[in-house]
Amino acid sequence: MLTVDWRVRRLGQAVFTVWAVLTLSFVLIRMMPGNIMGAMITRMTQQGINPGRARELVELRMTIDPDEPLLTAYGNYVVDTLQGNLGQSVYYGEPVTDVLAGALPWTLFVLSWAVFISFFIGITVGALMAYWEGGKLDVGLTSYAVLMGSIPFYVLAILLLIFLSYRYGLFPNGGRQPIGADPGFNLVYISGIIHHAALPIISMLVASGVASLGMRGNSIRVLGEDYLRVARLRGLSDITISTQYVARNAVLPMYTTLLISIGEMFGGSIVLEQVFQYRGLGWYMLSATHQRDYPLMMGGFMIITLAIVTALLLADLTYGYVDPRARRTQ
Amino acid sequence: MTRESPSSTESADDHETNTDTKSTLKTERNGTTDRPVATDGGNVNSPFEVVSEFEETRRDRYRKLYDAYVYAPVSIIWRDWRARIGLTIVLLYLLTGTVGTMLVEPTNVTEGPALVNPFENAEYILGTDAQGRDLLSQTVHSTATILKMVVSGAVCTVGIGTTVGAIAGYKGGMVDTVLSSITDVFINIPGFPLVMVLGLMFSDAILGNPYAVGVLLSVAAWGGLARAIRSQMLTLREESFVEASQAMGMRTHTIVFKEIIPHLMPYVVINLTNAGRRVIFEAVALYYLGILPFENLNWGSTLNLAYEANAHARPGALHWFLVPMVAIVFISIGLTLLGQSLDRVFNPRVRARHEKTTSPADPEGDSDDTTNTNDMMGGI
Repeated sequence: MLTVDWRVRRLGQAVFTVWAVLTLSFVLIRMMPGNIMGAMITRMTQQGINPGRARELVELRMTIDPDEPLLTAYGNYVVDTLQGNLGQSVYYGEPVTDVLAGALPWTLFVLSWAVFISFFIGITVGALMAYWEGGKLDVGLTSYAVLMGSIPFYVLAILLLIFLSYRYGLFPNGGRQPIGADPGFNLVYISGIIHHAALPIISMLVASGVASLGMRGNSIRVLGEDYLRVARLRGLSDITISTQYVARNAVLPMYTTLLISIGEMFGGSIVLEQVFQYRGLGWYMLSATHQRDYPLMMGGFMIITLAIVTALLLADLTYGYVDPRARRTQ
Repeated sequence: MTRESPSSTESADDHETNTDTKSTLKTERNGTTDRPVATDGGNVNSPFEVVSEFEETRRDRYRKLYDAYVYAPVSIIWRDWRARIGLTIVLLYLLTGTVGTMLVEPTNVTEGPALVNPFENAEYILGTDAQGRDLLSQTVHSTATILKMVVSGAVCTVGIGTTVGAIAGYKGGMVDTVLSSITDVFINIPGFPLVMVLGLMFSDAILGNPYAVGVLLSVAAWGGLARAIRSQMLTLREESFVEASQAMGMRTHTIVFKEIIPHLMPYVVINLTNAGRRVIFEAVALYYLGILPFENLNWGSTLNLAYEANAHARPGALHWFLVPMVAIVFISIGLTLLGQSLDRVFNPRVRARHEKTTSPADPEGDSDDTTNTNDMMGGI
């Protein structure tokens, strides 16, 4: 085997993935029987646009020319996409990148808080369960974690929407920003945004169940280690042991889980944003799907892929810095 | 090393139950003379000439099979409260999906009054939706569909994941590089959006075919399992029993699938239940979003209709959401609990204590009680 630095290999793998998704979308758009371009042209002709004109319009929007030879079309498509040209949205009439760039920050806002809070809860609960392993608290919290893992987040989202929003009016029932407030750094606007994002964030907290079970397992493993017995024999205080010895070692493997769950949540944001009518990345992708706005749909798919690939790449590249033991083995 | 001790307990065991005289004779002889003398005066000590010490009748074999695959798993499972609940729930759904569909008639539009609340009308126990369709009937009839998706999805996910991971880990080299790259691509691709796009493309093939939905959902789900299996394979292939199998000239796929994979069984089985749960979540989400076409109502499309009809904003329509939701959450609790406890069934050290006819191949089986408890405690 060539001894290439593993970071270079990992980067290559990320690039390979993005390329694979790019190619996959090209295949779906251009080559599938009953493909996207054909569907768009038929749709436009049905709306009374003559076939020739429809073809031109589709070409304009998709950055793929249906008449070019396969390889040329593929080459142009890849170059266009790499330059950030994802085509033009049929429904909004704007470039896909503009539509999605406006939506991305909102999704990132919700997801980053959801990930942060759910892991904070998960790690705390998991540590508690491990500390009182086998006790009443452990059994109780394990049942909680199992229940949390068994509720799909969208079920919780709908229930929250019904009760906290429609029944008791504690939270707004949709949208992403307060109506009538000036966008900017003022208290009304900022608190309004948080108010709107609260329910989506809370719905995502079901992820804390899985995280806490993972943390529990890690902590129990660490608690059984010999060096912990030695630490106790040395007469170190419980606080030192729990923070310096157990917590540190048990939290480390959670780092990878955390970044992977960001990827899962990005996928989940499609459903989440539909429930709350929260206009983020997922909402646009879904509405594009329903309106057969294929450039926007495939663009959303590309952006989500990029986000996940980047997150996982960061996880792998930085894990060595977080956990020095991993650096030695890699 | 412990050749005498397990076989003597075995023979004592056989003595009581076995009616076959031949095997009794053999075992008796084995008990009295330790090393059989070859009649032709050949080298007695050569291990290659020793014939099996006692014969197994067909009935013995069936009893062992029953013991290993039915009695031991069920008795271990039944000792664990999680499994008792989990198994009951899953069986309940299986019954609903098979017998229930025969007992409950399918429902039609304007069959009953609109939005009857649950437990008010004896004819519509779980109430009706805005178009007067019985919710109990909707739920029961969609159970069969969802179970078909779960079975095909879980089997596909675990099948692909295990096969790819095992081959990549065992073969190594170029095969590993190629398979691992493919696996990594599938891990990195966002699963739900991919399934959504594919579902839209192949909506014709999916309509009215729950098995196809399961297969579709497995496309994006097998990557993680394949990677985990591969890394376990890397350590397992260095074990001495693998080297022995290779020395005996076994074929690669026999070694991988007959010798090594059984060691990974706990992991594979837990993933089977996890994959099943994932299929339910994703399938319901896709139907809820209205992306997959459907002929008959299922839990997801019921949720979709409820949302479209603004049931969340109306008073008195809450049950329209709650009925399918309870169905989803309940089965996934069952699958979670079952997965956790199945871990113990396939853990060979735990099961050895429960099997009556423990095979002598595992000499550690009885002596390892102390480590068992540790395993069980950590293995949740």
